Amino acid sequence: MNFIAKINILPKEALLDPQGNAVKKAMNNLNLSSQKVRIGKHIIIELSCNDKKEASQIIEQSCKKLLANQITEEYSYKIEEVTD
Amino acid sequence: MKFGVVVFPGSNCDQDMFYTLKKTLDQRVEYLWHKENNLKNCDFIVLPGGFSYGDYLRSGAIAKFSPIMKSVIEHAENGGYVLGICNGFQILCESKLLPGTLLRNINQKFICKNLYVKTSNSCLLTNHINSKKTLQIPIAHAEGRFYADPSTIGSITTNKQIIFKYCNENGDVNTEHNPNGSLKNIAGICNKERNIFGMMPHPERACDQNLNNLDGKLIFESIIKSIK
Repeated sequence: MNFIAKINILPKEALLDPQGNAVKKAMNNLNLSSQKVRIGKHIIIELSCNDKKEASQIIEQSCKKLLANQITEEYSYKIEEVTD
Repeated sequence: MKFGVVVFPGSNCDQDMFYTLKKTLDQRVEYLWHKENNLKNCDFIVLPGGFSYGDYLRSGAIAKFSPIMKSVIEHAENGGYVLGICNGFQILCESKLLPGTLLRNINQKFICKNLYVKTSNSCLLTNHINSKKTLQIPIAHAEGRFYADPSTIGSITTNKQIIFKYCNENGDVNTEHNPNGSLKNIAGICNKERNIFGMMPHPERACDQNLNNLDGKLIFESIIKSIK
């Protein structure tokens, strides 16, 4: 079975996000008001697995071991089956 | 004693480090290629500055899984000496050999500047440096803002693991002379067992009379004297 995982990685809420703050200021300069901007990464992974459970395990381990730094970042993901 | 300088794809301070150790300090040095897993009997491993693996994903995040790092981690866990400078420091934090992490500079800029640090606690790198002396050592990084959660900051402070702090020429540690927003002006730390060291400033760029700055040499001389 083929799956596609869409992963979001963001700086933790409590952390200062200088990139987000810079973008918020730039939005204000365009008269586009916002309360808060946080900037992170979006990662798309395609994988072939026996079932969704196996795909979830691979993605969870990838996030924990490699994709996110758990000291400063939090992650979330959605996994969907791809049918051709 | 033999030094080993690890070379990752994207390392760019490896040759400066090799030159400093070999030519300036007359030490035995070997390059260690990232695909190897043999530390060639080196006693002191240096992870140099640069942009290992293009800084993809996060600085140091991919380097930590390279074959040589398995051996470096084993060496460190057995009490062997490891020093990471700049990108090397980032790799050591990613590898969990050192606590905390290095975030993007608070001003969002790559900072390349000759500035001052002072030693903060005694270790191999600082044993033979007068604690009142300020050292002029360049930094060159975009991600050098040391961050750790409050309990980690508490424990590294209690265990005297902060070894270098950013300061002014007179040694005053304050926000004004904190270039990147590091917590507590931290420029360098060591592990609790004091055999693994990480620092953002580049002492290997301050070891040659032609560069009009020799303060970095004091750090390497301290290492050599301490180990002898």
